[in-house]
Amino acid sequence: MITIDVDPAVCDNYGRCCFDAEDIFFLDDSGALQFLSQADDDRLADLENAADACPMQAISLTVS
Amino acid sequence: MSDSDPVVIVGAGLGGLRAAEALRGAGFDEHIVVVGDEPHLPYNRPPLSKEALAGGVDVEDLHFRRRASIDDVEWRLGSRVVASDLAGSTITLDNGQVLPFSGLVIASGIRPRQLPIPGPTTGRVLLRGADDAAHLRDQLGPGSHLVILGAGFIGCEVAATARKLGAEVDVVALDEEPLIRPLGPEFGAAMRRHHEDNGVRFHMGRTVTEFLGEDRVTGVRLDDGTAIPATIVLEAVGSVPNVEWLEGNGLDLSDGVLVDESLRVIDSPVPAVAVGDIARHPNALFPGGPWRIEHWNMPTEIGRHAGKTLATLLTGAEIETAPFSALPSFWSDQYDLNIQSFGMPGLGEPVLVDGNLDGDCIVEYRKDGELVGVVGVNRSKDLMDYRKQLLARQQ
Repeated sequence: MITIDVDPAVCDNYGRCCFDAEDIFFLDDSGALQFLSQADDDRLADLENAADACPMQAISLTVS
Repeated sequence: MSDSDPVVIVGAGLGGLRAAEALRGAGFDEHIVVVGDEPHLPYNRPPLSKEALAGGVDVEDLHFRRRASIDDVEWRLGSRVVASDLAGSTITLDNGQVLPFSGLVIASGIRPRQLPIPGPTTGRVLLRGADDAAHLRDQLGPGSHLVILGAGFIGCEVAATARKLGAEVDVVALDEEPLIRPLGPEFGAAMRRHHEDNGVRFHMGRTVTEFLGEDRVTGVRLDDGTAIPATIVLEAVGSVPNVEWLEGNGLDLSDGVLVDESLRVIDSPVPAVAVGDIARHPNALFPGGPWRIEHWNMPTEIGRHAGKTLATLLTGAEIETAPFSALPSFWSDQYDLNIQSFGMPGLGEPVLVDGNLDGDCIVEYRKDGELVGVVGVNRSKDLMDYRKQLLARQQ
């Protein structure tokens, strides 16, 4: 299982994490980032791409 | 060269990092050495003109996460490459050490351009690295007066940050409007008004002819004779690719390093790729290049593709990957404006399609009717579909 965390103090809602994992990260109607806090291990590559794509580097991933 | 020599990556920035990860991702398991001139592991530079400049620069907070696959990479930090002999498969470090390599990743990046303007040098600063930002940060605050040469992204972002810190700010640039090249004149004018509303003074269409002062800069003289006082001057007038160490190898270094559609260095006698800001590359999404694009997403796109290419070259296999293709994208934060772009807006004519330029908006950029780029202000959600449209150009 992968635990996903986004630092709300750092996130600027650019939405670039959504590109490779739009079922895990998405912008709501007000443009604010929403995300699932856990994902299956087979999504690691997508999640690493999402974390890499964040201009603010606000995403952390923990594999357990 | 022998097969047991490492892959050497010259440059420990974002492009070098992504190339290392991509080499490992493609199954390359031999030794990798990354040489970086700064003492720091790869870190995120954009905050240096924004959040980190405003809040204090701690490079530890800016480090990129590094994939576990590159834990065994050797980092030679604080070490500059001064020469190379590609036919002999070696590079030379500033301490005289010669490193042999089996494959080379050129990721040495760019540095800020400095103009040959007469006058004192103390009090003139450039902004590229974390140490530059810390140095600038120390000199900004109430009572300081910052003059910025250049009205591109770095100039405008630093202007916004410096106002937040209480500094007086004047911007001097030869262009007609700030950010005119990426955004166009009308959008640029709206950005200027936004900055002016926040207290920034602009001197557009002007150049600095002289730095005033004896031991340190106390002001600048413009080409119309105007003198502007300054306690600190930032030169943000574009960049110069760090190619000097590659001279003498017969490469095209006229603007960065020219590479082919696989990102292989053209005319290199040995396996070599170039990544990041220094790479001048074709792009299947935007025929008509080659392009050298300094947007933040490009080192990741280029590094991933080039790492795969180099891994293939080193195993002797034919390159099977499709030609390099990537959608350039930038973002910028200035005051309450969250600006984001996809594509190459500079290639097209702007059309405001929603909102207004002085507030939230979407601007499409079209060339011969075809969408080539889009810029949104505080409209990230609406840009998602535009991004997909632009990516679909590939078909």
